[in-house]
Amino acid sequence: MKFSKMKLFMFPGCALKTTAKGFEVSALSSASCLGIELIELPNWNCCGTVHPLSTDDVMHHLAPIRNLLRAQEVDYDLFLESEGKLVTFCSLCFNTLKRSGILIQQDTEKRTIITNFLEKKEKPQFEVINFLEILRDIGYDTIKSAVKKPLKGFKILPYYGCMLLRPKEIGIDDPENPQVMENLLTALGAEIVDSPYKTKCCGSYHTVANKKLAMKLSHKILNDSEKNGANALATSCPLCAYNLDNLQREITQAHPSFHEIPIFYYTQLMALSFDLNDKSLGFDSNYADPKPLLKKLGL
Amino acid sequence: MAIELTSDVKGFRDKISILSGEDVSICYQCGECSASCPYSSEMDLLPSTVIRLIQLGQKEVVNSQCIWLCSTCLSCFARCPQGIDIAKVMEALRQLNLRKQKSNIDLSKISREELNRIPQVALIASLRKLMG
Repeated sequence: MKFSKMKLFMFPGCALKTTAKGFEVSALSSASCLGIELIELPNWNCCGTVHPLSTDDVMHHLAPIRNLLRAQEVDYDLFLESEGKLVTFCSLCFNTLKRSGILIQQDTEKRTIITNFLEKKEKPQFEVINFLEILRDIGYDTIKSAVKKPLKGFKILPYYGCMLLRPKEIGIDDPENPQVMENLLTALGAEIVDSPYKTKCCGSYHTVANKKLAMKLSHKILNDSEKNGANALATSCPLCAYNLDNLQREITQAHPSFHEIPIFYYTQLMALSFDLNDKSLGFDSNYADPKPLLKKLGL
Repeated sequence: MAIELTSDVKGFRDKISILSGEDVSICYQCGECSASCPYSSEMDLLPSTVIRLIQLGQKEVVNSQCIWLCSTCLSCFARCPQGIDIAKVMEALRQLNLRKQKSNIDLSKISREELNRIPQVALIASLRKLMG
C-alpha cells in the first residue's frame, strides 16, 4: 500500500534527546514508514515542562510561546504545508505548549505583555498536536496495512498518565476512558489489557525529592497491570516511562516478589510491528529488558 | 480542629481566588476531588478540606503538607461537578510559600548518581513546583 506523503514540524523536547532516545528513533522511523516526514524545529528551547498555574505568572509562558513563534518564523511555507501543526511526542511538551498556545490566543492582555517582551508583532498560530492524533487522523486501517509482524501474544496496558488527557479542554481523548492507544495497539496486532490505573498519576516529579512516593504510585500501576494479565505497558510520556520503568530497580529491591515488566513507548511497538531494524527500535534506553518477552513471543 | 471565624474571612479567600483564578466559594463539598486524588492517603488534609478551610478564611492552610503533594495530575479538576481547578488552588497555596523563599526540596540531599539518572523534565518540574 502507498501512503500519502506528509511533512510536519516536530518539537522533540529534551527527553527525546537524552533519557528517551528510543522514543525519538522509533518515532522517526515508524513515521517514515507511514509517509510522514518530521522536520525538527530549529533552535527549539525547553517547553517549560509544567504549565504556569498562577494568574500573575506570565514569565513561564515565554518558553513555550517562543517555540511556537519560532515555528512560524523559521519556515512559513512549511507552516502552510503542515496546516499549522506542530507535532509533539512527550506528554509534558504537548501539555505546556498547547496550553500556553491557547492562552495567548484567548487572553489579549497576556498576549500583549508576552509579544512585547519578545519584541514580536505576530501572535502564534501554530496548533500543537500530539503524534497520537496524527495517527488517529491517518486511520488505524492504514496503519494496520503497514504491519509486517503483528504483535501476537502481546498483552498491553496502554498507560496514558495525566498530561495527554487533562485538562479535558486540551486532552487528546476522553479523560476517563481514552481509546486512542487501544485502537493503535489493536491495529498493530496486540491484545489490550484494561485497568482503572491507566489514567492515574505515576508519581510524576516526586521521583526527584520523594522517590518512595513515586515508587508507591508506580508500583500500584504495575501491580494492577500484572494482575489484569498484562505482559507489557505502552506509554507516551518520558517521565511516566522513567517512573514505571527505571524505578523497577528500586521496586524489586523493596518487593522481592515483584516481576519486572517491560515498558515501551508506543512508537517502539509500531517500529517492532513494522519489522524495522534494531537501531530503529531504540531498546537501549529501556530499563526492564524487553528481549525475554520478545523471544518468548517469537517476535 | 476548632475553627475560629475572623473578620478577615473574605480577605484570604479573595487572595486565593485572585492568585488561582478560581472561585472556591462555589464548592459544595461533594468530596469527588478527595476521592479522585492519587495522593489522598498521604495527605494531612484532603483536597476538599483545603477548599472548605479557604472558604472559612483559615490562613494556616498554607502550612499544610498536602499542598506539596499535589502534582497537578488534574484528576480532581476532570471530575469536579463545579468545574473548580483545584490544582490551581493548590498552586496558589504553594506560591504563598515559594514567594517567601520557603522551599520543599533540597537538591544537596540527592546523590550525583541520582541527578545523572533522573530525566531533566522531572528535575525542572520539581524545581518549578517546590523551590522558592
